[in-house]
Amino acid sequence: MSSSLFTTVLAASGPSISFPILPALVFVYVIGAAVVAIIPAARAELHRFTAIFTAMLGAALSLWLLAAFNTSDAGFQFVSSTTWVQSLDIKFILAVDGISLFLVVLTGILFPIALFAAKPEHSEKGYYFWLTLLGAGCMGVFLSGDLFLFFLAFELTLVPLYFLIGKWGHGRRVYAANKFFLFTMAGSALMLVCIVALAVLAGAGENGGVTFDLIRIAEGHVLSETTARVLFLGFVVAFAVKVPVFPLHTWLPDAHTEAPTAGSVDLAGVLLKLGTYGFIRYGLYLFPEAAVWFAPALISLGVIGIIYGAIVAAMQKNLKRLVAYSSVSHMGFAVMGIFALNVEGLQGSIMQMINHGIITGALFILLGYLYKRRHTYEISELSGLQKVAPVFAGLFTLFMLASIGVPGLAGFVGEFLVLLGTFLAHRWWAVVAAVGVILAAIYMLWAYQRVFHGEPSEANRSFRDLKVGEVLPLVPLVALVVFIGIYPKPILERIEPSVRVLVEHIESKVPGFESPGTQNGSQLEPVAGGEGEPDTPSGEAKAPGEAIGTGGVSGASSDASSGSEGATAPVGVGS
Amino acid sequence: MLGQIDGGGQLPAELEQLLQSVDATGGAAGVAEIAAPVVAWSALVPIIVLALGALLLLTLASLLRGRIGPGFFTGWTIGVGLVSFVTAIPVWAQVQGWEQSFLWWDPADSASGPFSTLGGAMGVDGFSVLLTMLIALAVVVCALVLSGFARREGDRHVEANVLLLLSAVGGVVMVGANDLIVLFLGLETLSMAVYVLAAMNLRRVESQEAGLKYFVLGAFSSAFFLYGIAMVYGGTGSTSLVDITDFLSTNLLLGGSSVLVLLGIALMVAGFAFKIAAVPFHAWSPDVYDGAPTASVAFMASVVKVAAFAGMVRVLVVGFDTFAADWRPILQVLAVLSLVGGALLAVVQTNVKRLLAYSSISHAGFILLGVEAASEQGNRAVLVYLVAYTFMVIGSFAVVSIVGRTGDAMHSVDAYRGLGKVSPALAATFTFLLLSQAGIPFTSGFYAKFYAVVAAVDAQSAWLAVVAMLSAVVAAYLYLRLVVTMWFVAPGDQTPSRGLVIPVSTGIALVACVAVTLFIGITPDPLTKVVDKAQPVVVQPPAPVANGTGDLNVDQLLGLLGEGGAGGAGGAQTPATGGR
Repeated sequence: MSSSLFTTVLAASGPSISFPILPALVFVYVIGAAVVAIIPAARAELHRFTAIFTAMLGAALSLWLLAAFNTSDAGFQFVSSTTWVQSLDIKFILAVDGISLFLVVLTGILFPIALFAAKPEHSEKGYYFWLTLLGAGCMGVFLSGDLFLFFLAFELTLVPLYFLIGKWGHGRRVYAANKFFLFTMAGSALMLVCIVALAVLAGAGENGGVTFDLIRIAEGHVLSETTARVLFLGFVVAFAVKVPVFPLHTWLPDAHTEAPTAGSVDLAGVLLKLGTYGFIRYGLYLFPEAAVWFAPALISLGVIGIIYGAIVAAMQKNLKRLVAYSSVSHMGFAVMGIFALNVEGLQGSIMQMINHGIITGALFILLGYLYKRRHTYEISELSGLQKVAPVFAGLFTLFMLASIGVPGLAGFVGEFLVLLGTFLAHRWWAVVAAVGVILAAIYMLWAYQRVFHGEPSEANRSFRDLKVGEVLPLVPLVALVVFIGIYPKPILERIEPSVRVLVEHIESKVPGFESPGTQNGSQLEPVAGGEGEPDTPSGEAKAPGEAIGTGGVSGASSDASSGSEGATAPVGVGS
Repeated sequence: MLGQIDGGGQLPAELEQLLQSVDATGGAAGVAEIAAPVVAWSALVPIIVLALGALLLLTLASLLRGRIGPGFFTGWTIGVGLVSFVTAIPVWAQVQGWEQSFLWWDPADSASGPFSTLGGAMGVDGFSVLLTMLIALAVVVCALVLSGFARREGDRHVEANVLLLLSAVGGVVMVGANDLIVLFLGLETLSMAVYVLAAMNLRRVESQEAGLKYFVLGAFSSAFFLYGIAMVYGGTGSTSLVDITDFLSTNLLLGGSSVLVLLGIALMVAGFAFKIAAVPFHAWSPDVYDGAPTASVAFMASVVKVAAFAGMVRVLVVGFDTFAADWRPILQVLAVLSLVGGALLAVVQTNVKRLLAYSSISHAGFILLGVEAASEQGNRAVLVYLVAYTFMVIGSFAVVSIVGRTGDAMHSVDAYRGLGKVSPALAATFTFLLLSQAGIPFTSGFYAKFYAVVAAVDAQSAWLAVVAMLSAVVAAYLYLRLVVTMWFVAPGDQTPSRGLVIPVSTGIALVACVAVTLFIGITPDPLTKVVDKAQPVVVQPPAPVANGTGDLNVDQLLGLLGEGGAGGAGGAQTPATGGR
């Protein structure tokens, strides 16, 4: 039923719209922020109204984009390109494909929900200004088709969040804000050098000149193996900080815990995805060879993150910190899926990003409600909430189960696909990672038991249940969690063509590399000699691919040809 | 002299050189012909306006003592700065050509490309004209800041205005100097005025101390610089950059004379490094910044650096590009030390003026990245950085001058606690300027750093770029510390109890600085387009109309050869005299 709904909407609007939807998506937030800034501080109620109106407009635009998106087109769509800085061939390129589409939609949806759900007691205009500007930065990152523009947007997300945490956060907010800023800035400082080096060395511009055009560089650069690897590392550090990948994660629990609710929701829901998205778009796409070479190391870090995050989460006494560490664990899955370097892993990874955004966003909203009532996140202070607040407990249960990865809810789809993809590539890592799912159940259920079960203590007895106005913002998230859990196809089928083209791009650019994947479960079978090695010794992820043999590959490619006519699309677009 | 040192192997080179001398003197080699130097007065108008403006202001002020208000001085200075700026526009048009015509004036008619004036002593190219404009604008903005500052302090600030203009004259001379001696004259004019500016605050002993310290150390550095010029003269036989480049491109220096030139370069670099406050020649700058009146510091931090970097680029990148392999490592060391040292030392400061002094040392390191690149990209980076930096730093010190309050003494970081609550507009302005200094996107500081990194990567010194960016992160921490103090911390006992009064003139200056910073941050293209045309070049002096240089016959040539062989010293000197 819902797929027919999708298709009817699609038919109604059609893929060819002349309205510059992508620039509109970015600038609606910029303009909104400017309007908030202009409204005098005395008219406080207008600030909130403007911010929500802007966010709603953004959500509407992103949903329109989703409806107008051409499912079978693997390349970039709705490309808009304007020259910005002529001397360095920096262009204002915005484009969207299956990989970024749902992250854009996620951003669009989460911002108004965060605003609705977290109504702060203070009503300062700076708060709404920075929050709206943050939206522009996130959209810019996901939509950018130019390295320079990407970097600008990536950095632009930094300042708003810094102020949001530092000024409107809790507890050790200044410490958390500084830590967040410096970690991220150190990462992006290296990335800036690498971006410049790439633009200069790639020589992909006119007459071998400088260009920052993503597609031209990706398709045209002829860097030496070592150079590409060094540059890749520079990017990886920046993204790894953002994701965060173990061991660069230490800023995250602080930032998450001290941030105001809306900040936490956007931080967990959208900002962490900047890193994983960066891995896919700027890691795999730009440096296929280096990505293949580093894949085992990054998968290992992903797995360490999964297990480590889960164990540390289990030890937390602070509920918000627990959810923060669970993010480390969940984002570990996303990283692992990416560096499985096959269609399943990448698809799963993107699914995981979307799901994590929805689920963790919802959990942070619920925790925001909790804090409003009890002014604490300490697990030991809370007990028996189920009795006094059944609706709150029910919603928490739903999102908690989704977070654990219970089949039928959203979390499962992503984690399953990631594990499947990793299993094809690095069998034993998948096995280890699967332990993370069990650990997730342990820390979540244990925390749930301590907070919600039993008799409410004196302080918790007066805990008010959620009001309708508080439940409403969560309704779309509930719907999404269930919908994606039961029927992920509409999402997967839009992600798949782009991912498939990306995998083919990697295969074509890296001689001797075959994506360790298969479309067909029956071809999974015998793995000769690959057994018992947690990681392929050559570090090139070759063994499983070879073991699966030609059958698997041909199966995959035949599928690909049927799946996407636009397989070569990225070459032409945007230049 | 050189022929003897280098032996007979130099003959072909000498021959070539002789040919050039023939070119220059119109075939009449050996015949002393004293030609009046060509003076293109039109190109000197901006300098003359500044100089006359300063002198007239001084005269007027002493003649009409007490009869004119302080507003007149500020207005005069601003007017002079603006006129100087406007008169530089036709010069730019003359150098670059302009497709567009304005009403009756069609600049394309008079386009001539870079040329030199005052008999080759001053070069007029895009580089010098652009920086002349920048200095003129900096004077205008500084005068605005100074006006608000002096009015609050109750000073008669006519002297300060005069010194501002005189110092700017020195800066403009430096920017266009085509001869090392002229460069030195500019440097001294610039510095002398600034020494006095540093000591202007008569009520604070720190100010006198700063002035004296700056003067003594500055005199040392000038001596170094002058000695460097002498060495170069010894090595190349001239102080004119034209002759030096000609000489270096036709002669291979070996042994003793190359040592002379290398020593000269090293000494000159030391002189420049002092003026730009690069580590390890930076020791004066925190003390002087701290002690000097804040409005003077705004000028010191901007114009002095602009002029010094301009001189550095012209001497090193243009004049001694053949020695790039020798001076680039020196600059790399200076850059790394300044970047890292400036950033690290700034972190531990508790005084905002000292903190900004160290941060400007770190900025100098970034600009050195551009100089070090020794390329067109590098020059572009230097120019973009200088433009961005000038407005950032003047704006920052303008804020500091307001927060310092009467007595100009409240400069500890504590004085900024909770400023966001008390004076939100001022705190927001400062925050924006600090974020720009940190290099956050959509501020000019971002592009400044960006172009510096591009230049470094392009010049194969990516490691330098990495060091620079990492030190930028450290520096970002200190700017953040100020931002935190202003916004996230409750007001303390040093915080102003009521909103600070922003004087109108300072307010205008702040708006201008923020506007420029934001504008460049959003769209750097207008700036880079101008900057791309402003590459420094060796401006050849206009040759007197030559007769028949093309048909020099063999007899003449042989005759010349014989003559040159007879007196090698004469041959080496000819270009120097012939050029004039």
